[in-house]
Amino acid sequence: MRAYPNPPVVSEQLLSLILLAAFAVFLLGFIARLIQYWRLPVPFNIPIMPAPKSRLGVLSRLVGETVLFKSLFRANKWTWVFGWSMHFALLLLLGKHLFYVYSVPPLWVAWLMSIGHWLFALFIFGLLGLLLRRIVVQRVRLISAPSDYLMLLLLIAIAVSGYSMHVGAAVNLVEVKYFVAGLLSFEWRELPADWRLVVHLLLVSVLLLIFPFSKLLHAPGLFFAPTLNQVDDTREGKS
Amino acid sequence: MSVPEKLQYPVIPLIREDAAVSDRSYQAKPELMQALGYPGELPTDWKNKVLASMKQQLEKSRALRVFMDSCVQCGACTDKCHYFLGGGDANNMPVARQNLFRSVYRRYFTLAGRWFPWLVGARELTRDVLDEWFNYFHQCSECRRCSVYCPVGIDTSEVTMAGREILSSVGIGQKNTQNVINKVNTIGNNLGMPTAALKDTLAGLEEDLLDETGIPIALPLDQAGAEILLVVPSADFFAEPHVDGLLGCVKVLHASGLSWTFSSVASEAANFGLFSGSHEQMKNIAKRIREAAQQLKVKRIVFGECGHAWRVAYNYLHKLAGPFDFLDQDYPIPQHILEVTVDLIRTEQIVLDKSRNDEYVVTYHDSCNVARGAGLGAEVGGQFEIPREVLRSVCNHFHEMPQGSTHAETFCCGAGGGLLTDELMQTRKQGALPRMSALQQVVENNGVTHMVAICAICKSQFSRIMPEYGYEMDQVLSMHQLVGNALVLEQ
Repeated sequence: MRAYPNPPVVSEQLLSLILLAAFAVFLLGFIARLIQYWRLPVPFNIPIMPAPKSRLGVLSRLVGETVLFKSLFRANKWTWVFGWSMHFALLLLLGKHLFYVYSVPPLWVAWLMSIGHWLFALFIFGLLGLLLRRIVVQRVRLISAPSDYLMLLLLIAIAVSGYSMHVGAAVNLVEVKYFVAGLLSFEWRELPADWRLVVHLLLVSVLLLIFPFSKLLHAPGLFFAPTLNQVDDTREGKS
Repeated sequence: MSVPEKLQYPVIPLIREDAAVSDRSYQAKPELMQALGYPGELPTDWKNKVLASMKQQLEKSRALRVFMDSCVQCGACTDKCHYFLGGGDANNMPVARQNLFRSVYRRYFTLAGRWFPWLVGARELTRDVLDEWFNYFHQCSECRRCSVYCPVGIDTSEVTMAGREILSSVGIGQKNTQNVINKVNTIGNNLGMPTAALKDTLAGLEEDLLDETGIPIALPLDQAGAEILLVVPSADFFAEPHVDGLLGCVKVLHASGLSWTFSSVASEAANFGLFSGSHEQMKNIAKRIREAAQQLKVKRIVFGECGHAWRVAYNYLHKLAGPFDFLDQDYPIPQHILEVTVDLIRTEQIVLDKSRNDEYVVTYHDSCNVARGAGLGAEVGGQFEIPREVLRSVCNHFHEMPQGSTHAETFCCGAGGGLLTDELMQTRKQGALPRMSALQQVVENNGVTHMVAICAICKSQFSRIMPEYGYEMDQVLSMHQLVGNALVLEQ
């Protein structure tokens, strides 16, 4: 007996198709974007000074920006707290999803599974904070387009739908795992018919679809910013 | 016109929408634009031309394209621009300034903007948009302060410089910048001073030096075979307090025993091509320096106290005008006068008497283009340490302005990027507010009497603006004026 009825509209096969198509768009779009950025010329050295004098220094600068959000920390502590929480939780939540990929999940994935509640809380804390800031702080409200709010709401909805699968009658995770294993070996397998999973996967599809066409491109963009990735070596005649 | 009240630093400004919407640069006359190879007036098919020019800019700069896509509108930069802090116009928030451009980029160059413009804040390109671009891209001093705080490394100056060049391509140029570029092209320096006048000026300065020191010190022009070509901003030849700094540089070079010369071909360090956003213009202006160095067979090129000139020299010169294989490779190419001075101080080749500057209690204004656009010396952060090291060597009383207003986070003087022009006085006053507020703190707490700068634009701006804030115009000093004061010259 199921706690939730089958979703009436979306058939399981259609859902798989949507998910696959979205993933394909994401992957191809993302790669196309990387190639586009890669091929564009960089006429001058424009690192934000003071800049590192070596490639290793640049690496550490980029790590500082991606792992610690150093510039954002300098700019605004609240935005940093919310933004960093959200990204850090997202990273770990993505890691947690490797459960569905590994046939025998490694220990760290199992550990992430065990702290899933906290990760969800941290993720939502960050997102709500960013949303609140966007609404409450006049300066940020003025620069916000509808898509800026919707993007946050989409992530919140993905998180809530994902989390809801662990509340009440839990979705059979092993079945999901079986489905993913099927995808990886190009074999069609059934998903557990549960509206929470359907909603979750549909929303994730939307996120994947818009990724290469939206501000989510800040993820690869950061690494392509000459302001951050250039070495301060012009006077040595190296560039 | 009103002067903003000095605020307790730091400040969180309240937005006053459209506060600066009428602060508009004069537009360059058709003849001027044509002389520089641009159309004289807006062509009838301007819209296509603008979009084509945008496409061109997006294709020749990875930075611009990536910055257009990367911004997440997080708001980290919103309270970082001195023009916004001083004037409160929402479009002077760096992200909003970029969005004037990004909104059009999204509409014409992205799928999302083409299909759902209302969703992603995309908008049609109209004549009004060009006006907004002209006004607000010329209320950006290209100082890059916002970029220091951007979590994804976006530099607004790359956007506004591209925007300015796009405007120029349809005949809309800023009078001040284009005028200066035209003067460099036709006469040789920003102030339009012909060689004969320059000679007279230098002779006059030699007399002044003789009167002051009792020593004949030459200011040579076009002296072939000199070791060093000294390239200074032309304001240094007569503006105050610039000229005192120039004389300081001259004294230092004299004391060092190095032979040096000015050049009539490169009688200008500044390169307003950086401000107009035209790589072509920047290249033409930079080439003069290489030509002069070759003609005069010098071994080193040394730049004087000029902020954006040093940015162009430090980061662009090799690509614009290289190679410089004919110079002495044992010295950095190019070199900054402060690097020369600090070496002389460290190796004790010059004798200093700090007490001669005891009447001054100084603070140091990091010039934005030196701080965030270039380096000094071999060490990371030398652009902060070397000026301070020199200042401490020549002066007994030095105090830092509050954290957040110095080093990489320094405020622009309020007139960089081509904004040092009278019609933008309101913008300049507002833009100086953060710096003036920071200065006020050390004046009150430490009894600071003077602020030292190493940029011609900073000096011109402060000597004009400081009286508006209740200071005297001579409370801004050139770094090398203090060096010159302390320098003990052998009779």
